[in-house]
Amino acid sequence: MDYIDHIQISSEHSKIDELNIPELYQCVHCGLCLNQCPTYRALRLEPESPRGRIHLVKAAAEGRIELTERFKEHLYLCLLCRACETACPSGVQYGRIAETAREQLGPPGSPFARALLNFVFTRLLPFPRRLALLFGLLRFYQRSGAQRILRPLLPAKLREMDSMLPAVPAKFFHADAEVLPAIGARRARVGMLNGCVMPLLFGDVNAATVRVLRRNGCEMVLPKDQICCGALNIHNGESVAAKKMARHNIDVFLQANVDAIIVNAAGCGAVMKEYGYLLRDDPEYRDKAERFSALVKDAGEFLAALGLVGGLQPIEMTVTYQDPCHLAHGQKVRAQPRSLLQAIPGLKLVEMPGSDSCCGSAGIYNLTHSGMSQHLLKEKMQSVAATHAEAIVAPNPGCMLQLRYGAQRYGPHVKIFHLMDLLDRAGGGSDPGVK
Amino acid sequence: MPGAHLIRDLRAIVGAAYVLVDKEDVVVYEQDASIFQVMPELVVLPANVEEVAAVVKLAKRFNVPIVPRGSGTGLAGGAVPAEGGIILSLARFNRILKIDLENCLAIVEPGVINLDVTRAIAKDGFFYAPDPSSQAACSIGGNVANNSGGPHTLAYGVTTNHVVGLEVVLDDGAIVWLGGEVPDSPGYDLCGVFVGSEGTMGIVTKVAVKLMRARESVRTLLAVFDQMDAATQTVVDITAAGIIPAALEIMDRTTIEAVERGAPVGLPRDAEAVLIVEVEGLAEQTARSMEVAREICARNGAREAKVAKDEAERQLLWKARKGAFGAMGALAPNYYVQDGVVPRSKLPAMMRRVSEISKQFDLRIANVFHAGDGNLHPNILFDMRAPGELERVIEAGAATLRACIELGGSITGEHGVGLEKKAYIGLLFNEADLEAMTRVRHVFDPDGRFNPAKLFPTPASCGEVRLQPAPIPAGLWI
Repeated sequence: MDYIDHIQISSEHSKIDELNIPELYQCVHCGLCLNQCPTYRALRLEPESPRGRIHLVKAAAEGRIELTERFKEHLYLCLLCRACETACPSGVQYGRIAETAREQLGPPGSPFARALLNFVFTRLLPFPRRLALLFGLLRFYQRSGAQRILRPLLPAKLREMDSMLPAVPAKFFHADAEVLPAIGARRARVGMLNGCVMPLLFGDVNAATVRVLRRNGCEMVLPKDQICCGALNIHNGESVAAKKMARHNIDVFLQANVDAIIVNAAGCGAVMKEYGYLLRDDPEYRDKAERFSALVKDAGEFLAALGLVGGLQPIEMTVTYQDPCHLAHGQKVRAQPRSLLQAIPGLKLVEMPGSDSCCGSAGIYNLTHSGMSQHLLKEKMQSVAATHAEAIVAPNPGCMLQLRYGAQRYGPHVKIFHLMDLLDRAGGGSDPGVK
Repeated sequence: MPGAHLIRDLRAIVGAAYVLVDKEDVVVYEQDASIFQVMPELVVLPANVEEVAAVVKLAKRFNVPIVPRGSGTGLAGGAVPAEGGIILSLARFNRILKIDLENCLAIVEPGVINLDVTRAIAKDGFFYAPDPSSQAACSIGGNVANNSGGPHTLAYGVTTNHVVGLEVVLDDGAIVWLGGEVPDSPGYDLCGVFVGSEGTMGIVTKVAVKLMRARESVRTLLAVFDQMDAATQTVVDITAAGIIPAALEIMDRTTIEAVERGAPVGLPRDAEAVLIVEVEGLAEQTARSMEVAREICARNGAREAKVAKDEAERQLLWKARKGAFGAMGALAPNYYVQDGVVPRSKLPAMMRRVSEISKQFDLRIANVFHAGDGNLHPNILFDMRAPGELERVIEAGAATLRACIELGGSITGEHGVGLEKKAYIGLLFNEADLEAMTRVRHVFDPDGRFNPAKLFPTPASCGEVRLQPAPIPAGLWI
């Protein structure tokens, strides 16, 4: 994958005419999105609303306003949660408008932050081994005591960021083989996206996903050559490396000859379902991308459609469900995870108000806009408290990290689970086949 | 650019974060949900009534107009700053201050979203009756300004029937209550005067509204017709049969197509019209009313007349109906919605006129309307970017309004006059009528600075009214 190393960092110069995309003219500015937008609800300022941002992009496309820093702030204060798409009666695909605008603007923040992000997007994320090395170092920093000694010496802002660093677990996810047989009768042959940080921070969730699927009759294909899906790049205005990453994964998974490509991270799943759109101008890959996207399924979405087999052990627990934005709004998957939870005997699901409202995680948003992110998280934790649940189920790594931090900082002190964690536990737990 | 002194003083009142002057901020406020645009000079978002009063006084001192704005969901350009000045957004006035269920009353701030009032009291078996289709986004203050109605206007009346008191900031900064917390205050009904004044008399800062008890039973029916005539005749027959439904709504074929493309709910795409009939009351009574309504539908040749089997199915029908305007974007980049009214019995004739107008001007028109009140909403679909199309749209719009008046109706049912229909208000009222209204307005707004250039057929405005995205010759809309 050396070719990815030679990517030019996207130019600072913005091409306004490329903002002139058809999606813009589907918006009739009715305003029904306003009240569904977390940043509008918090600030009550229309430039921080979906209708406002669409209008800003339209005004820029028409050459009526410049792409100034202020314009950029408005576009990047958006969480890209896409709750507005759920509210929109015209079916405006706001995410595409915002992503196209960000592509023209480049990554957010100061020149230093932009350079750092560009480095992460182009030199780090596409390389699983580099990522593993980095997280290995991070684990050493956390476990050797260095963190304890260094943290008080850091400047306040870095100290805050340091305290938000998730604890790196002792083991990373690693499958023994590229193909793992189904347990019982084979019902499907499916691939799985490992993800970039999933195997490093949530290796147990990946392992649980594999076990749950195998127990339900899936032969699992875990291609060793797969890489990060590029979602973080696309959400933050980096498209050159993102497209290369997409093409790479398309080749890897289409060769595997699978019935479905399973994703247990909502943000990745949403982006992979849109590879067809991402590569629409690529004559060589357009059709392959469409074929690939049609195979992509969220783990919960796929299992609910396949139907669970075998009995489940009871789990006596009251949980509430947080809809990951890129699952509920991005993929319109809402009922399936709930139905799977309700299939577990003894488990009680209590809905919280605004379960499909963003928790403030939003990829790297919690780092780039920590003020708004924490405001939303605090509100979310209050909704959680009102349910008296013992745990939150949120099938997406970003939400899990954010909610874990919320439980620790604001309370209530609930546990955070991925849907696959609970299904795995109810199905019998760990199995020596997968480390 | 507005004066630096004015900006400095406004910042001192509301704080710098809530005075917007940069083009990349204010451009967003150049429009509402209508097709009018005027680039604002500045936008101010006060947090409380004292700040509003201070802003109003300042505006008087600097002699600049004030344009109040709620959620910006209006369809007649009422929130567009036609003559510049200050856009006073009440978006931060979003608290429900008091709920008194025993006396069926709530006091809310004007920026509260209409649906949030009902959401706050639904668990106790109450609701707030006026339900504009934009109720998930529109504000109570905007409803007061436009005297808004909705599908259930048929049974419950419009906003003015549900507002008992208002706290308002007058032209000189005085804070007064009009009406009160109990209905029927003695003296002039100034609260009634304010409701529907479209922001031309002062700034509303609190609203006392009536709450209603949810009915024991609600039943909703969807009837499918192969002829628009049959659907409108069914409406006439249902009301003639002595049933007063809570709502009678029609959507035509083009509207169904928009809804099914934008956010599909499974309406029959090959039907010429669908009719929603909703009845409320005691369970026995609604069951009987539904039977009668179904018989009448069948007699008029309905292909199907199905009662929603549960609340989820009922909500789906209303989702389709209430999202219909917003869904027009799925068919065309622009739509121009009319708000004409005709006597109910003239509905079949009027719908034939709309269809003729559509052919005559070669424009697609999607009809979605409150049939029970004879309140039409022909949506003329077009593309502002196509040369010459806008002129045809304007002529077609005028033709529908003239047809409404010829059939004994009016030019607006609930959307307000705003910028859009001020040229037509003279068709409805004579000079003496208009003079009387103007005199009342001048009592409250002697300098003509509250939402100027709206409602009345005034001479050309000095700000450039722009129809997005291509500029039009000044005066076209006047």
